[in-house]
Amino acid sequence: MNAQGIGASVKRKEDLRFITGKGQYVDDINRPGQAYAVFVRSPHAHAILKGVDISAAKSAPGVLGVFTGADLAKDKVGNLICGWMIHSKDGTPMKAGPHPALAQGKVRYVGDHVAVVIAETLAQAKDAAELVAVDYDVQPAVVDLNTAQAPGQPQIHAEAPNNTVYQWHLGDKAAVDAAFAKAAHITKLDIVNNRLVPNAMEPRAAIGEYDRGQDAFTLYTTSQNPHVARLVLSAFIGIAPEHKLRVIAPDVGGGFGSKIFIYAEETVCVWAARKVGRPVKWTAERSEAFLADAHGRDHVTTAELAVDAQGKILALRAKTKANLGAYLSTFASSVPTYLYAPLLSGQYQIPAIYCEVDGVYTTTTPVDAYRGAGRPEATFVVERLIEVAARQTGRDPAEFRRQNFIKSFPYQTPVIMTYDAGNYEASLDKALEMADYKGFAQRKAASAAKGKLRGIGFSAYIEACGIAPSKAVGSLGAGVGLWESAEVRVNPIGTVEVLTGSHSHGQGHETTFAQVVSSKLGIPIEQVSIVHGDTDKVQMGMGTYGSRSGAVGASAIVKAADKVIAKGKRVAAACMEVPEDTVDFENGEFSARGTNKKMTFGEVALQAYIAHKFDSEKIEPGLKEGSFYDPKNFTFPSGVHIAEVEIDVETGRTRIDRWTAVDDFGVLINPMIVEGQVHGGIAQGVGQALLEGAVYSETGQLVTASYMDYGMPRADDLPSFNVAMTNTPCPSNPLGVKGCGEAGAIAAPAALINAITNALGHEDIAMPATPQTVWRAIQKMPRKAAE
Amino acid sequence: MASLTLKVNGRQVTADVDPRTLLVDFLRQNLALTGTHVGCDTSQCGACAVLLDGRAIKACTALALSCDGSEVTTIEGLAPGEELHPMQAAFREHHALQCGFCTPGMIIAGVDLATRHGPKLDEATIRRGLEGNICRCTGYHNIVRAIAAGAAAMGGVKQAAE
Repeated sequence: MNAQGIGASVKRKEDLRFITGKGQYVDDINRPGQAYAVFVRSPHAHAILKGVDISAAKSAPGVLGVFTGADLAKDKVGNLICGWMIHSKDGTPMKAGPHPALAQGKVRYVGDHVAVVIAETLAQAKDAAELVAVDYDVQPAVVDLNTAQAPGQPQIHAEAPNNTVYQWHLGDKAAVDAAFAKAAHITKLDIVNNRLVPNAMEPRAAIGEYDRGQDAFTLYTTSQNPHVARLVLSAFIGIAPEHKLRVIAPDVGGGFGSKIFIYAEETVCVWAARKVGRPVKWTAERSEAFLADAHGRDHVTTAELAVDAQGKILALRAKTKANLGAYLSTFASSVPTYLYAPLLSGQYQIPAIYCEVDGVYTTTTPVDAYRGAGRPEATFVVERLIEVAARQTGRDPAEFRRQNFIKSFPYQTPVIMTYDAGNYEASLDKALEMADYKGFAQRKAASAAKGKLRGIGFSAYIEACGIAPSKAVGSLGAGVGLWESAEVRVNPIGTVEVLTGSHSHGQGHETTFAQVVSSKLGIPIEQVSIVHGDTDKVQMGMGTYGSRSGAVGASAIVKAADKVIAKGKRVAAACMEVPEDTVDFENGEFSARGTNKKMTFGEVALQAYIAHKFDSEKIEPGLKEGSFYDPKNFTFPSGVHIAEVEIDVETGRTRIDRWTAVDDFGVLINPMIVEGQVHGGIAQGVGQALLEGAVYSETGQLVTASYMDYGMPRADDLPSFNVAMTNTPCPSNPLGVKGCGEAGAIAAPAALINAITNALGHEDIAMPATPQTVWRAIQKMPRKAAE
Repeated sequence: MASLTLKVNGRQVTADVDPRTLLVDFLRQNLALTGTHVGCDTSQCGACAVLLDGRAIKACTALALSCDGSEVTTIEGLAPGEELHPMQAAFREHHALQCGFCTPGMIIAGVDLATRHGPKLDEATIRRGLEGNICRCTGYHNIVRAIAAGAAAMGGVKQAAE
């Protein structure tokens, strides 16, 4: 194996700038003459805008411009978009209200954008923003997802009666009803998947710039997908045609989905740069990020599992209300539908599944994809039902799962997905061994002797990622294709630049993509540069999210590299004066079969550019090839996580004693990086289950809007993790890679809640299971179990 | 405006500043030392950590003027020249960073932990000691290992010099 190629835990190339403080994040960038933008945001969850008086602000010191929704409308600036059409059960298209970048007529959540003030300094902009006088006709807020659709509730958007965006379903209701009718046992759970705030450590930022001489715009933005941002800003919002709009996403400090979307702030910054004739810079403060970044999750579900007398699962059904917030964010409609319900089969043979989802408006921050995007919600439903059903029927939770596992592939689920490859039993067995499941009873007794409650919980997750086959998602309502692009540019001396449409904001692509090239072309990774994040440099690409950069992004690189090798063989053949079909390429060397003639990759590259030794009519000079790779299928990472906890009955505090994760991600490009993704994903899943929750007051105020109130996991909230991998290679891409970025966040919440409920001897507990929540639950516990 | 004189990364700096200026803004904007980051507005995240007279502080909650006459070391000044500080090297070696945004503050916190507790740091001490630093990417697992290794290496260097 190449020590730097696929499968090697190579240390990261990009680290040098980060560990020396030389990263270039958007807020680190300053453009000559830049001015600063501050947004005036609604302090009310729901109000009619009677008037916005900007006169005092406009004449404040240093102010260059103050703009409102009326200015955007006058310039015919388009609204922010949602790019995925969902149809309701009755066939009607989803009902969505417009989403202007600066509010027009109404504000619909605390933080909604009313105006922007641009001034010479940030302090001047902030001072002037306070002078913007807004006449709000305050309306009642609609905050409770459970009652938002009730008749008589205030209508948030005229286009969506009863605040209902869609009523969607998937599956076979009749088959499910029939199965439940003959079930020996039914498990029913009411589940709340708590609202989260993604909280990447780098707050969002944007710098818009207009060059009068070129009549062209540049936007620096904290984006996971600069080309998609350019596409939306051009085609839908109408800032400028694409060839006159350069979007640069430099170093980006984490995204987790929240930086996929095209937001009001970068839209306004780039538009306003031309209005004021100066670069316009905006950086979110953390409290602003809490209000204005898309939130995640926020489902309320009633779910049921039907089981026969032998313990075989017959059917699953779920009815979910999904909070979409006050406006539809860029991918919002897809997350609680096609990224959720198709995963309700889990790892199990479930003959009949039916799921209904209502997408609901409330006067809260818009909700969209956040690490896992629909799959954590699905896994939580399935794995809680499975665990509770096992306990209710007196079955061991591991064996109940094993009994119902899918054991042969490919497997067509009743909810669209065809799982291509997997070995769920192998993951389970390995996890049981690593977690020392057999020793649990003894450890539980030892904890009890110290007055503590010990519990163990499983989560056998599967997810669909490597997003996505374009035609398939198109047929489900996606407005874009989800292929990925790569150009492999070989330089005359044999070094390589890869221009990738993927974006790295923590995933280590500068290393892993170089490893793929090293494996394919047989050159050291030091000779490979990965270029991403600039629409002027890189061809159209779809960006990084949905655990797609390995399966889709790297596959595009493989395809392009294949083309490079194919052309290299032709050039080498001409140089070595042998027939083309007798040239082989291996370990960086072209050789002519049956002779001792060979040329290195670098030698062939040079000859390709010198172009003396071949007929340019037959072979074009140069060595540069591209590929747009469209995946054939989703990929299906899966695994088993086992959480073991110890609860202090006096304080309700949960200590995670050990965490075991066995994941099947297919082929691993860099095991070190993959493990890091698992660690980070688990941490976010633990955050959801134990600490985090975005809470709104009855009047729609976000009560948890800073790190004082929102419980971000710290180092002492988490243990070290025991992580292992199994590998059933993915059959649908050239690398056999499944993707790993979201799995930890998908698996973890169910494992932790299953462990905590096991410890307490309770059926259920809410997320986050904070010390207060657990303590209250313990107070309600029968005396017997507490002793 | 008021006059400020201090040493930053070994270099004497004098400037006139608005008294409201936070140390982090002075570093990032006046001195273009953008390695120190702002991640929150309640002094919790630790992305702004720097060394003030050898001890870690949060630059987002220090007024620049309050550092008059002091010595500030930022992430850029941890190691002179091109050689990495042992804590920086440990972070790379142990894959203790992903997006890199919390990293300067984490490295400073690691250096400070080693300064306060010595070269032998156990897991519990490190995890408790990082309560002022938030990372969203790594789950802390590798950061803990890196800080333990970096502290040991810092201790090793000291011993070699004795």
